[in-house]
Amino acid sequence: MSSEQIIFYFLSFWFVASSLAMIFARNAAKAALFLVLGFFSAASIWILLEAEFLAITLILVYVGAVMVLFLFVIKMLNIDKSTLRAKFAGYLPLGLIVALIIIAEMTLVLGNAQFGLEVMPSPIRHAADYSNITELALQLYTTYVYPFELAAVLLLIAIIAAITLVHKKEINRKKQSISEQVNVQAKDRVRIVSIASPSKENK
Amino acid sequence: MISLSDYLILSSVIFCIGLVGIFINRTNIITLLMCVELILAAVNTNFIAFSHFLGNEAGQIFVFFIMTVAAAEVAIGLAILTLLFRVRGSIDVDVTNSLKG
Repeated sequence: MSSEQIIFYFLSFWFVASSLAMIFARNAAKAALFLVLGFFSAASIWILLEAEFLAITLILVYVGAVMVLFLFVIKMLNIDKSTLRAKFAGYLPLGLIVALIIIAEMTLVLGNAQFGLEVMPSPIRHAADYSNITELALQLYTTYVYPFELAAVLLLIAIIAAITLVHKKEINRKKQSISEQVNVQAKDRVRIVSIASPSKENK
Repeated sequence: MISLSDYLILSSVIFCIGLVGIFINRTNIITLLMCVELILAAVNTNFIAFSHFLGNEAGQIFVFFIMTVAAAEVAIGLAILTLLFRVRGSIDVDVTNSLKG
């Protein structure tokens, strides 16, 4: 067994084990932390597949932002108490049977006869000066530049949607009323009063 | 050497674990969202494995876009959850059944 295989099976074991621990965890915060471990193992497996940029992105974006957002919401909503009455419904045996059948079918379809090393040989490793980021950027900014822009628009829409959903209307908020500003008259803003000039009275 | 089928079987196992997580979960909706993230990680592993073995970077570009969409989905999903908790006072799966036909 080569060292590459040992690393792969080690990482796969932790990926599968943390995923199982996640779905059986009673506490949502613990489940989120197990998912962090799972994402970390997945990123390591992606590095084995020479996808360094996506592996770093998985850790930075998912572990650094998305999972922190999950933990933030879990702690903010204080749902740890509500999970006390958590129970696994009677779907567990049926779910396990369905999952085992799916895994068996997938193993038959994706086995060594179809995707083994004889059918699809392992590609030669890139040289040390190969840059995964350069290759991805060349594709992303030429062939896929239009989807890239659309992804940016999608993120903007997501920001606006998320803020609009959770935004509370406050009563005493100082808000700009554009129609009032446009329709304002001079007499609303300026008041002309006639007062006696004190300098004339002194003379 | 690790064959392509090893990666594919690994990702199918992770996919099924995420699926079972959605089946058996009776606690809260946040765990459902996390199971969806797990399924997406399995699919991304599939894409990257094929991209590596076929020598084509298009699979990695696809994973990049999937991660973008998933991040947007999580942000909106958690916003909806916060709103649901504010209105209903609970995000248990058993309680949120007002859409039941």
